[in-house]
Amino acid sequence: MSAAAGPPSVADLEVGTELPAQAFPIRRADLVRYAGASGDFNVIHWNERVARSVGLPDVIAHGMFTMALAVRVVTDWVGDPGRVVEYGVRFTRPVPVPDDDVGATVQVSGVVAVLLDGGRVRVDLTATSAGQKVLGKAQAVVQL
Amino acid sequence: MPIDPAFAGRTYPPTEPYDVGREKIREFADALGDENPAYRDPEAARALGHPDVIAPPTFPFVLTFTASRSLVEDPELGIDYARVVHGEQRFAHTRPVRAGDSLTVAVTLESVRSAGGHDMLTSRSDVATVEGEHVATAWSTLVVRGGDE
Repeated sequence: MSAAAGPPSVADLEVGTELPAQAFPIRRADLVRYAGASGDFNVIHWNERVARSVGLPDVIAHGMFTMALAVRVVTDWVGDPGRVVEYGVRFTRPVPVPDDDVGATVQVSGVVAVLLDGGRVRVDLTATSAGQKVLGKAQAVVQL
Repeated sequence: MPIDPAFAGRTYPPTEPYDVGREKIREFADALGDENPAYRDPEAARALGHPDVIAPPTFPFVLTFTASRSLVEDPELGIDYARVVHGEQRFAHTRPVRAGDSLTVAVTLESVRSAGGHDMLTSRSDVATVEGEHVATAWSTLVVRGGDE
């Protein structure tokens, strides 16, 4: 959390520069909290009975929750989240969240993929849970 | 029954204004476990050049998710919501959403295509202030799974 330190300097970056990776735990309580904050009360994110009845292995995390967690690797790196000018993902695989004290974990890493004009860079993110990629084509464009 | 690609381009009226408050942004950041001061402390946000606290990059979805109900529940499209899966999501920010914004969302069904027995609908949600300043655009691709599963 070094917002005062300013963003990384483009001059110090090259394609392949790695951002500090992070691991995000997701427990059932986190899904309930995210449901309330986001307004997405889809039952499959909090009711195991319904989730299984539609063929899911368990309650699954909101894709938008995973998306929001993944970009933390970028916003913590850049300090000012307002510098994220584009961000997109594909939801390739659900993140089941078991009803225990551990839940699931999403591991996120990021790498500078493209140096763009105007002091912008594209960061490509990799998000996995239980060893499987859960987001595809996760890319953020950052104004440095 | 596949959704007719001719529906592409369909637009929905802008939503009623949504007033973005500091406490809503804090609640959203809390739900993400994100302690970034730009979401919580107006002074810290101003030090970064923002007039007030800003919202996380995916926050506009709170508005666009609600706005897209006009499309998802459009009787002419006839989408079976129980078969809908969120396939892709993308945001382009002209500037971050911030406390004090009064925002409306205009939804357009940008494309309709079918592949592998599924329909894929991409909606574009343009988020603007009531004064007409563009803030962000969000694209959502919804996959409507085919009925043969």
